[in-house]
Amino acid sequence: MTIGVKKVARPPKMSFGESVYLLEILKGLTVTMGHLLHNIVHNKEIPTIEYPEVRRPMPPRFRGCHRLMKRPGGAPRCVACYMCATACPAVCITIVAGESPDPKIEKYPVRFDIDMLRCIFCGQCVEACPVDAIRMDTGWYTPPEDTREKLIYTIDRLLEK
Amino acid sequence: MTPLFDLAVSVARVAVFLTFCLTLVVVLTWLERKGAAYIQDRRGPNRARILGLTLGGIFHPLADALKFLFKEDFIPDNAHRLFYQMAPMFALAPALMTIAVIPFGPPVTIAGHKVALQIADLNVGILYLFAISGMTVYGVVLAGWASNSKYPLLGGLRSSAQMLSYEVSMGLSVVGILMVFRSVQLSEIARGQGELLLGFLPKWGVFVQPLGFILFLVALYAEANRTPFDLPEGESELVAGYHTEYGSFKFSMFMMAEYLHMVVGSAVLATLFFGGWQFPYLADTGFLFPGGISLAVPAWAVLVLRIGSFVAKTLFFCWLYIWVRWTIPRFRYDQVMRLGWKVMLPLALLNIFVTGLVLLLIDRGGV
Repeated sequence: MTIGVKKVARPPKMSFGESVYLLEILKGLTVTMGHLLHNIVHNKEIPTIEYPEVRRPMPPRFRGCHRLMKRPGGAPRCVACYMCATACPAVCITIVAGESPDPKIEKYPVRFDIDMLRCIFCGQCVEACPVDAIRMDTGWYTPPEDTREKLIYTIDRLLEK
Repeated sequence: MTPLFDLAVSVARVAVFLTFCLTLVVVLTWLERKGAAYIQDRRGPNRARILGLTLGGIFHPLADALKFLFKEDFIPDNAHRLFYQMAPMFALAPALMTIAVIPFGPPVTIAGHKVALQIADLNVGILYLFAISGMTVYGVVLAGWASNSKYPLLGGLRSSAQMLSYEVSMGLSVVGILMVFRSVQLSEIARGQGELLLGFLPKWGVFVQPLGFILFLVALYAEANRTPFDLPEGESELVAGYHTEYGSFKFSMFMMAEYLHMVVGSAVLATLFFGGWQFPYLADTGFLFPGGISLAVPAWAVLVLRIGSFVAKTLFFCWLYIWVRWTIPRFRYDQVMRLGWKVMLPLALLNIFVTGLVLLLIDRGGV
């Protein structure tokens, strides 16, 4: 028994009309002209999304850029527990904790940096957070920047989104 | 005719016809992108705007020109500096020179003098055209060789083989037209196509030489390096082909040469096979329909109709280039060579033979 030999169906031989090629070209030209005229007449139906002005609506579970939630007073909801930094497989979250002025809260993040160059958008930080302080529901993918420093998002930037 | 009048007419003709062709080049670059986009269900250029107006992206050629002018004029380290600089000139100059012999309209009378609407009414029109357009290949080959890079070299090699092989069938496919109209002067050929064939059909080249027309069209596409024969610059295989290493205005010169070839090619096609400036059934004094019905038209309207018909024909064939480009995929290299030598050449020879035979029989019948 021969192994790995498979009979592949060959395309049927071309008829004379097809091999002369000119008639087939004319058929192709009518197809493209049809598209052209249709797109000129039904200009609004072109499926292109004109990106910077118009954005594709993202599904609700899309994991986009992070944001930090705020308490009603405006302070960050984050308690600097390091759960997200521990869970992060890409090690892109840097937290420096400080003592909170509010006696009911133990700690707050003095620094909370996310290195977007390292982030893999896995959502483990969101899952790990015990107080629902970090979310990825902005619907934005990382916008381009011209320096690496601008892609390390600081706490102010994360809070304002 | 005073020398001053002569000079003024010559300068005016050069200025008007050159401006017409170069403007058409600009419009064609826009049409190429917009047409491609609409054929492929995209929107195409729509960003460049002046005073908040985009007008369907018509300002993009302007933005292109500005960009090319202000880019760094870069020469690669190991390129042959002289040839590298010469190549774009060699590409553009023949394309500009071929405009000279195209008749844009019938001769007009200005202040008692007969003025041809043609920069130079050479009595060797077609030969001049082929001689000059044959030089285009030097630009491409020089660019490919001087760049000292593998993709331009491959593009240059392909183009030299392709253009030389198709030049042969192109020249031969026109011989039939020359036999029918008994002239190589383009203005004579255009005038000859004003007659009627069998009393109702305009004696256009396409009706007397249908096979010659198809062969000429195919060869023209191969000569202009347009799809399906754009192997010298096959984007998906050779980066950009022979002008890969070129930037700034040198690249733009190659681009202009390519589009000028389209314009001139379309104009020649219209002149040789579609009656040039002839409007169907329009004589010098008005319409003369085959049924014996006639309609008087003032002389200025006849002139406008004739020039308009030439421009319309040229525009249609320019559009056909673009239309075909976004319809048909590129040939493989060996297919191009096989088509050129094994199909086009024998058919062109057959066309000459049959044309000669028919003309001989008509002559014998007439005598």
